[in-house]
Amino acid sequence: MRAGIVGGSGYTGGELLRLLHFHPQVELTQITSRGGAGRYVHSAHPNMRQVSRLKFSHPEALEACDLLFLALPHGTAASNIEQYAALAPKLIDLSADFRLDSDTDYKRWYGSAHPAPVWLRRFIYGLPEINRERLRGADYVSGVGCNATAVNLALLPLVSAGVLKRAAIEIKVGSSEGGNTSNAGSHHPVRSGAVRSYKPTGHRHLAEAQLALGSELPLHFAVTAIEMVRGVHLLAHCYLRERMTRRDIWRLYRGAYAAEPFVRLVSDRTGIHRLPEPRVVAGSNYCDIGFELDADGEHLVVIAALDNLGKGAAGSAVQSMNLICGFEESAGLRFPGYFP
Amino acid sequence: MTEQSHLCLVCDGELDIPDDVMENELIVCPECGSELEIISLHPFQLELAPEVEEDWGE
Repeated sequence: MRAGIVGGSGYTGGELLRLLHFHPQVELTQITSRGGAGRYVHSAHPNMRQVSRLKFSHPEALEACDLLFLALPHGTAASNIEQYAALAPKLIDLSADFRLDSDTDYKRWYGSAHPAPVWLRRFIYGLPEINRERLRGADYVSGVGCNATAVNLALLPLVSAGVLKRAAIEIKVGSSEGGNTSNAGSHHPVRSGAVRSYKPTGHRHLAEAQLALGSELPLHFAVTAIEMVRGVHLLAHCYLRERMTRRDIWRLYRGAYAAEPFVRLVSDRTGIHRLPEPRVVAGSNYCDIGFELDADGEHLVVIAALDNLGKGAAGSAVQSMNLICGFEESAGLRFPGYFP
Repeated sequence: MTEQSHLCLVCDGELDIPDDVMENELIVCPECGSELEIISLHPFQLELAPEVEEDWGE
């Protein structure tokens, strides 16, 4: 299958390039960058030196192919969606442009009218763990928010079982979530060593969590930037409707995820790796989930870790591509992260 | 060596117990990492092994 990446000089574009280059059924034929046109991709993604001989092409030279990944700044994909749809029968957009399913919600969370509202309902939210069957055979897929993915995967088993009363969530994130455009907050003397709670309430990804988990559920989540490049670490205080045992929680999470190829349960009783940690999943498509039940049996702490560029973006996008194209779901993604 | 299956006392995960296992042997659950002690073979009985608390130096 011939695939292209539109907007390939950013971090998610680079991660897509890394994953797709080794995918057994994909031939990556083009990757665009307005500023880098004509240069080898390793000029922006040095890990790909002597791995890929592709050069960035100009967006205006984009050619027809079987599938296009759109890894563009906010709003750009939506403004040009007709053009991309004319070039490829299948689109996977990694931005937030098509994650929500109504113009009203989009306006509420993103502050402006959607440029192409008729397209919102054509896109399927690309989280296989909740939308696997809808993704099979679909043509248009929206990427996922990294923080939202951590929330959704961490809480989904509790919500599905109807045992979650409310949850308060703290998410710690790395600097790559901010993208590759510098700003005052990303300047090294400011960013290095920072523990900066930049969105204690009202994070946009809450909209995606409400879509997946239901808008009735009282969910509060705060996001704090810490000294980390890749990674999302979620810690959720979950208040349960009934007293449960540790064994109940295991049954519930195992029931939800035993067959999932990229969700691992990490809740050991001993050892230094007893709970999920972002470093362990860096570079991979895994989301690790663990839990610890308080002695009262009603307060459960759930911890999740994923790579914001992996399972939180490009990894889920490739997993979704496998589903919409009828490939084996884990093709091109079967590798662990690195350690230490 | 064939292995028989029993469930972990902590998480209900499936344990792989070798046929030649002995009393007082420790078995580790592959899912939750719990250490379980075989306190009797006939009848087969498991017990949670004592847990050593760690504070990771904090």
